[in-house]
Amino acid sequence: MTWKQVFTSSIGKKLVMGFTGIFLILFLIVHVGLNACIWVPDGGETFNKAAHFMGSMIVPRILEIGLFAGFFLHIIQGYLLTVQNRSKRSVGYAVDYGNRGSKWYSRSMGILGTLILLFLIMHIYHFWTPSRLGGMWNIHELGTVMYNGKEYHDLFNEMRIVFAGNLVIVIVYVLGCISLGYHLAHGFKSAFRTLGVHNNRYFDMIKATGYAFAIIVPLAFAMMPVSYYLGWV
Amino acid sequence: MEHYTMNLNLKVWRQQNAAAKGGFKLYRVENISSEMSFLEMFDVLNEQLIHDGEDPITFDHDCREGICGSCSMYIDGKPHGPWQANTTCQLHMRAFKDGDTIVVEPWRADSFPVIKDLMVDRTAFDRIIQAGGYISVNTGNAVDGNSLPIPKDDADASFAAAMCIGCGACVAACKNSSAMLFVSAKVAHLALLPQGEPERRSRVLNMVAQMDKEGFGACTNTGACEATCPKEISLSNIARLNQEYTLASLTAK
Ligand code: SF4
Ligand code: FES
Repeated sequence: MTWKQVFTSSIGKKLVMGFTGIFLILFLIVHVGLNACIWVPDGGETFNKAAHFMGSMIVPRILEIGLFAGFFLHIIQGYLLTVQNRSKRSVGYAVDYGNRGSKWYSRSMGILGTLILLFLIMHIYHFWTPSRLGGMWNIHELGTVMYNGKEYHDLFNEMRIVFAGNLVIVIVYVLGCISLGYHLAHGFKSAFRTLGVHNNRYFDMIKATGYAFAIIVPLAFAMMPVSYYLGWV
Repeated sequence: MEHYTMNLNLKVWRQQNAAAKGGFKLYRVENISSEMSFLEMFDVLNEQLIHDGEDPITFDHDCREGICGSCSMYIDGKPHGPWQANTTCQLHMRAFKDGDTIVVEPWRADSFPVIKDLMVDRTAFDRIIQAGGYISVNTGNAVDGNSLPIPKDDADASFAAAMCIGCGACVAACKNSSAMLFVSAKVAHLALLPQGEPERRSRVLNMVAQMDKEGFGACTNTGACEATCPKEISLSNIARLNQEYTLASLTAK
């Protein structure tokens, strides 16, 4: 059996989705944890320092490359699977089984994923490009602040620029978070199923964690633009 | 439940053969007893069609007692009709009311091509079984069944998986036309028993390879198969299949 056979089999493809999915879930934990620092009432100092740490240390930078690879694999494989699976039934049904047999979001991972991808492109443009590539090729540069005589990127203020007074952007971000929530509501537990968790004692735990995760993390993310918009930070 | 009779409108998929383009035809059946099974209602309709000199509707059936898995009708958007844990032959007309319109379609999946009308070709399942759904035993005297100790829980789980009657409703219900519930039931059934141990790895690899070759889709764990399965085969069998496959494929030579 070759590696190609393993990873091009139906289960192998799902393994790729599951592994990259869990990797991206781990990333979300780091991301939401760091960003929650915006609520530390010190004018963004903790947050800017945390962001600086992630941007300047070698380990997070290497992980960042892994992150892009993870996103890439998850997206490409996801689209391939969706297209291939759809092609297996050339004549459809007149009456659909629909929500009687499964949850709508479990059948809509491709669409939810696409919404998240569109959101992601905008999100990268808002924050990642200015902080990593700002100054190059006319890309807008982040402002700076001084803490104890050292200069830092003022990402905290950048978020204010993007969100404060921009109702449309805030709504788009909240919609992106809702898509993420539904994607996770199915994806979290499905990933573990794919990796072979069949012991119900563990699976029940994973399922409960997955639902909690799918609510708490996107909610925390959604509260960030809302907080800026409403002037809470 | 009180016995009653009903008149029904049926919208049935008619298709001459695999190559022909099919379509729905409307039929009316009258004085159908609530005690009849769904297939008996179709028998009445076919008698009527033969009487009128029309081509009767072709559909699969054999045991008519819910154990062979050959009956296959997609009724009002659900394989085997509205009841839970039930086959088409065991669906009774008391599930319907006078005046209902019932839509009946064949299983739809490119791996299950229509032979005629409501009958589809499910030999893909046979080929998957041939690829590994067996154990090898030496001929000679039959071994005493109790000579191999098997933990009760494993025996029960294996038996629950062995309940699968190979009807294909899981494929019909799945948006991906995936056969994973069927394959997982067959793999789990044998993987849980010591008799299945010698071929455990090659079995799962070969059966999954055959499943892919037959053109079934990849499972995305939506659970529609489990919800429609007449034998209530659990989705956790699919997780077991994934585990069996992962271990076997990563350790294969
Ligand atoms: S798993 Fe259930 S639905 Fe699928 S073939 Fe077996 S009995 Fe039929
Ligand atoms: S005819 Fe045998 S299960 Fe329905």
